[in-house]
Amino acid sequence: MDRTKWYVLTVGLLIGAIAVTLVKLGNPPNMGFCIACFERDIAGAIGLHRAGVVQYMRPEIIGLVLGALLASLFAGEFKSRGGSATFVRFILGVFMMIGALVFLGCPLRDVLRMAGGDYNAVVGFIGFIFGVGTGVFFLKRGFNLGRAEYSHSQAGGLALPLIMVFFLFLLLKATVFNPDAGGPIFFSAEGPGSMYAPLAFSLGAGLLVGILAQRVRLCLSGGIRDFMLIRDNTLLLGFIGIFAGALLLNIALGFFQTGFAPQPVAHTMHLWNFLGLYLVGLAATLLGGCPLRQLILSGEGDTDAATVVVGMIVGAAFCHNFMLASGAMKAAAAGAAASPGGPGIYGQIACIVGIIVVAAIGFAFRED
Amino acid sequence: MEKVDVRGLSCPMPVIKTKKLLDQGVKELLVVGTSSVSKENVSKLARSSGYQVEMKVDAKNEWEMELRK
Repeated sequence: MDRTKWYVLTVGLLIGAIAVTLVKLGNPPNMGFCIACFERDIAGAIGLHRAGVVQYMRPEIIGLVLGALLASLFAGEFKSRGGSATFVRFILGVFMMIGALVFLGCPLRDVLRMAGGDYNAVVGFIGFIFGVGTGVFFLKRGFNLGRAEYSHSQAGGLALPLIMVFFLFLLLKATVFNPDAGGPIFFSAEGPGSMYAPLAFSLGAGLLVGILAQRVRLCLSGGIRDFMLIRDNTLLLGFIGIFAGALLLNIALGFFQTGFAPQPVAHTMHLWNFLGLYLVGLAATLLGGCPLRQLILSGEGDTDAATVVVGMIVGAAFCHNFMLASGAMKAAAAGAAASPGGPGIYGQIACIVGIIVVAAIGFAFRED
Repeated sequence: MEKVDVRGLSCPMPVIKTKKLLDQGVKELLVVGTSSVSKENVSKLARSSGYQVEMKVDAKNEWEMELRK
């Protein structure tokens, strides 16, 4: 194995370990990192949706973008660019979030959930592989969203990183703009949004992982895609590293618990775990990168990727305003029966519509 | 010498476009691109397919490489 591969594997191990450490320090279970969940929490913090249990200005997201910015500036790779079917990418971002919230996690959280012993995540992972495989089918028959252009000015590429700095300011200041209504900024008093590691740790973890992920070009959909397309396992080793790092630390800290239920912030509707991540895998492959990779590219000056990030935040608002996001399983409690969780009828419809729309984009953008 | 232009294309399009020509048995190919990620990926693909890689232009955001078998 060459040096690059060892490097990617080591970075993966480190990211897995950092993720579990964040759970130990207060993040929701199996959610040291979840790009989709955390962008959804940010959508809630700024009041784009009012689901009271998932609102927090997640410093990990801010750190990931700023970490990638620093790493790319240092490496001379920061370059403002964009213009590759930008609005189509926005739509793909919206549907990528819908898929993720039907499953209850992005591909990164899927790995972390598997490393926590959650069998539902394995079902999702199989869906993810099929989704990436479908994306590869489109790539092979000539799918292309077109060229991005380098901008004559670096200003555009700094826009999303600067918005992240503003978000950090809002978090530190905890400003309430409308005292009568109690927000925004909104902070969950209960539920996953109320569970978080101390700011310095979550921001620091985000920065560190942002730097590492930028350097090794970590991408979860890319790992499976490259293996299918050119039998290259470099990025896949990052995937395996994250799994192994998180698994070891989960076992050491007593977080590892196998089974379909009970599992934290998860549901047992197999079909929708499969189809949710199928949609994510397909959208991510057409976009050229998973939700994590989109954040990292945003930090490097890629304004198309920044548009995907904003699309995902808007998608999260749709998910909670239109009741598309899955509910998590609940154990029986006083006065309430146990619930297996899962998406409601609107979430199921949205997921199917998403698969159809994304596949239609896959067919429509065929190049000769 | 055949030429393929992968400037501004997102992952994994540069690799796919190059691979298509290599699979056709092209002996000499000039690849022109922009991002350093695509430079790494295309040169990796070429080497693993048994081609020699020679960088003609190797600037920060602009590169050209000749592949020869």
